[in-house]
Amino acid sequence: MSAAEQAAANRKVVKRLTIAAVAMFGFGFALVPLYDVFCDITGINGKTGRIELEAALGQTVDEDRMVTVEFLATVSSDLPWEFKPMVKKVKVHPGEVTEVHYYAMNKTGNQIAGQAVPSLAPGLAAKYFNKTECFCFTRQSLGPGEGKQMPLRFVVDPALPDEVHRVSLSYTFYQAEPVAAGKEDSSDSAQLDSIL
Amino acid sequence: MSTATTHDEHHDHGAPSGLMRWITTTNHKDIGTLYLWFAFIMLLIGGAMAMVIRAELFQPGLQVVDPHFFNTMTTMHGLIMVFGAIMPGMVGLANWQIPLMIGAPDMALPRMNNWSFWILPFAGTMLLSTLFMEGGGPAFGWTFYAPLSTTFAPASTDFFIFAVHMLGFSSIMGSINIIATVLNMRAPGMTLMKMPLFVWTWFITAFLLIAVMPVLAGAVTMMLTDRNFGTSFFSAAGGGDPVLFQHVFWFFGHPEVYIMILPAFGVISEIIPTFARKKLFGYSSMVYATASIAFLSFIVYAHHMFTTGMPVAGELYFMYATIMIAVPTAVKVFNWTATMWKGSMTFETPMLWAIAFVFLFTIGGFTGLMMGIAPADMQYHDTYFIVAHFHYVLVTGALFAMIGAFYYWMPKWSGHMVSERLGKIHFWWSVISVNVLFFPQHFIGLAGMPRRIPDYSLQFADWNMVSSLGGFAFGLAQVFFLFIIIKTIRGGKAATSQVWEGAHGLEWTVPSPAPYHTFETAPEVR
Ligand code: HEM
Ligand SMILES: [Cu+2]
Repeated sequence: MSAAEQAAANRKVVKRLTIAAVAMFGFGFALVPLYDVFCDITGINGKTGRIELEAALGQTVDEDRMVTVEFLATVSSDLPWEFKPMVKKVKVHPGEVTEVHYYAMNKTGNQIAGQAVPSLAPGLAAKYFNKTECFCFTRQSLGPGEGKQMPLRFVVDPALPDEVHRVSLSYTFYQAEPVAAGKEDSSDSAQLDSIL
Repeated sequence: MSTATTHDEHHDHGAPSGLMRWITTTNHKDIGTLYLWFAFIMLLIGGAMAMVIRAELFQPGLQVVDPHFFNTMTTMHGLIMVFGAIMPGMVGLANWQIPLMIGAPDMALPRMNNWSFWILPFAGTMLLSTLFMEGGGPAFGWTFYAPLSTTFAPASTDFFIFAVHMLGFSSIMGSINIIATVLNMRAPGMTLMKMPLFVWTWFITAFLLIAVMPVLAGAVTMMLTDRNFGTSFFSAAGGGDPVLFQHVFWFFGHPEVYIMILPAFGVISEIIPTFARKKLFGYSSMVYATASIAFLSFIVYAHHMFTTGMPVAGELYFMYATIMIAVPTAVKVFNWTATMWKGSMTFETPMLWAIAFVFLFTIGGFTGLMMGIAPADMQYHDTYFIVAHFHYVLVTGALFAMIGAFYYWMPKWSGHMVSERLGKIHFWWSVISVNVLFFPQHFIGLAGMPRRIPDYSLQFADWNMVSSLGGFAFGLAQVFFLFIIIKTIRGGKAATSQVWEGAHGLEWTVPSPAPYHTFETAPEVR
C-alpha cells in the first residue's frame, strides 16, 4: 500500500468506528425506553395498571375464586411522614371493585409534597392488577402536622393466572418537588405517566 | 519528532532526549512503555489500597479504618485495578507487540496513540483526587449501583464520572488505533489467519471496547444528569428504576471482564508454544473460540442480576447462556494443554507464569460455572465467594498473564535477559501467596460472609487472618517485582534476537533491544 492509500484506509476505519462508538452511546440511552417497553409488555417489574371505573365495573366477578391482597407502606428516608395502610389485607373476588384507604401524616411543621410509587409482587401479576383511583395518581401535599386518609380503588382482573392466590401491593412515598400554591394535587402528567 | 535536536550514533534515528520525548512521542514502543509504567504504578497504588482492606479484615471488629473509608478503599481498589492497571497494561502490551508481530513500522494512527495515553494520567489523577475531597471518595463499589451512586453519593462522585468519561475516550481511541493497525498495516503475506494469537485476541477485544465503553459512558452520563440536572433515569420517585442501572451497567460490565481476559488468552497462546516447542494446537479453533466468547459476552450479562427478582424464564435463559460460555473457554484450556502434550517443555520463568495461569484461571472458570447456576447463585451472590471467583480470573488470570508477558518480552524490550533466579523467586512467592490469599475466600464465602463489609462475625475470623497474611505476602512480592524490573532495565545478560530457543514470529527477527524504528521496509511473510 502506498502512503496515501494507507492514510485513506485509516481514515475509513476511523470514520466507521467513530460512528459505531457514537451509535453505541445512543444505544445506551435507547436501553431506557427499551427497558420500559419490555417491562410493559411482559409486566415483570411490578408496575400496576390504571383503568376507568366503567371498565372496571364491566368486568364479570368470579365468585368462585378468592385472592388475598396485602398492603405495604414504606417512606423514603428523605420524607418525614408517617405512612401506613388502614387495613393490612383484604380478600377479594377477581372482577370485584374494592376500595381501601392508606393514611399519611406530615410529622413536620412545614408544608411538604410527596409522591407514592406502587409496586406489586409477584411481578407477573402486575398487569392483572388495575386501579381506578389511587393517591399515587397525583402528588399529595400535607400541611404542618396534617394527616389524611387516602383512597385506593382497585380491581383484580379475572384473567389473573390460577396459581396466584396472594398479591402484595407496596407503596413507597418519596419527597416530591413542592406543588405551586393553588395547584394542589395537580399532576405533572408527563412524569406521572411514566410511573403508573 | 520535530523536537529531536540531536542525532545519536546509530544509523537510524534514535529517540529524542529529555522529558519532551515522552510527552510528544508518537513511537509505539515509547507509548507502550508509558502505558506499562502507568499500569504498574496503578497496580502499586491499587495494591496499597488492598493492603488497607486486608489489614482491616485481619481481625473481626473495627481496628484500622472507619467503615466509610473502608468502602472507599474497596471501591477505589476495584476501579484502579480495572481501569488503571489491567486495561492500560494490556494496551501497553498491544502497543509494543502488535506492530512488531505483524511487521508494521508503527501503529496506524501515531498521534492519536499519543493522545490515548496522555489522557490516562489526568483521568487517574482525577479519580484519585476524590480521596481528598470533602465527603470522601466514592464508596459505592466499583459497580456504582444507583441509588448509592446517585442519591446517596458524596459530591466527589461528579469527578469520578468525569474520570470514567476520560478513561472511556482513551480506550475507544486506543481500540480504533489497534483495529486500523491490524487491518491496514500488516506486512505483505501476513493474512488474518496467519496473525499471532495475541494480535487476534486484541483485535477482537478492540471491537468489544468500542461496543461497550460508550454504553458505560451513557450510564455515567445518566448518573450525572440524575445527580445534577433533575432527571430520574434511576430514581423511582421520578418514574425511573434503579434496576435499570444494573442492566445498563452489566451490559457494559460483562463484556468488560472479557476485555480484561481475552488479551491474556493471547499472551498465554504465545508463551506456551514457545516453551513447549510445538505449534499452538488448534490455531483456528482458538480464533473462533475467542470470537464466540466475545459474541456470547453480550447476551449473558444478567447473570450478575439473578437476585434482582427476574422472572423464572429470564433466570433460565441467562443461566443456560452463561454456562454456554464455558464451552469456548474450555476449548482454549484444552488447546493449551494439548500444546504442552508431548512437547519438549522447559520451564523458564514466562512458562511458569503461563502454566500457573492455565491452572488457576481454570479454577476461576469453575467457580464461575457454579455461580452461573441461578438457584445456587442465590447463596453465592454478594459473598466472598464472588470475590474469590473474580480474583482467580483477574489476578491469577489477567495479571499473571501480564507478568508472564513481561518476563517473555522484556529481553526484546530492554535487550537484557531477566534473571531466571529472581524471576523464579518472584513466581513461587507470588503463586503460593496468591492462593493463601484467595483460596480461603471460597470457604468464608460459602459460609456466608458478605463482601464489602469492614467487620464480620467470629466464625469467619480464622480464614480471614490467613487470607490477610497471604495478601501481605503477595503485596510484598510485587514490590520485589519492581526491583526486578529496575534491575533488568539497568543491566543483565545481553539478549539475542531470538531470545528463546523455541520462539517463532516476526518480533524475534529484530535485534534485542528492538531498535527505535523497526520494519521500516516491510518483512516478507511466507
Ligand atoms: C467460565 C466463565 C465464567 C463464568 C461462567 C462466570 C460467571 C460469573 C457469574 C455468574 C458472576 C456473578 C455472580 C454474582 O454476583 O452472584 C460473575 C461475577 C464476576 N465475574 Fe465471572 N464468570 C466467568 C469468567 C470470568 C472472567 C474470565 C472474568 C474476568 C476476567 C470474570 C470476572 C467477574 C467479575 C469481576 C465478577 C464480579 C462482578 C461484581 O463485582 O459483582 N468472570 N461471574
Ligand atoms: Cu459476567
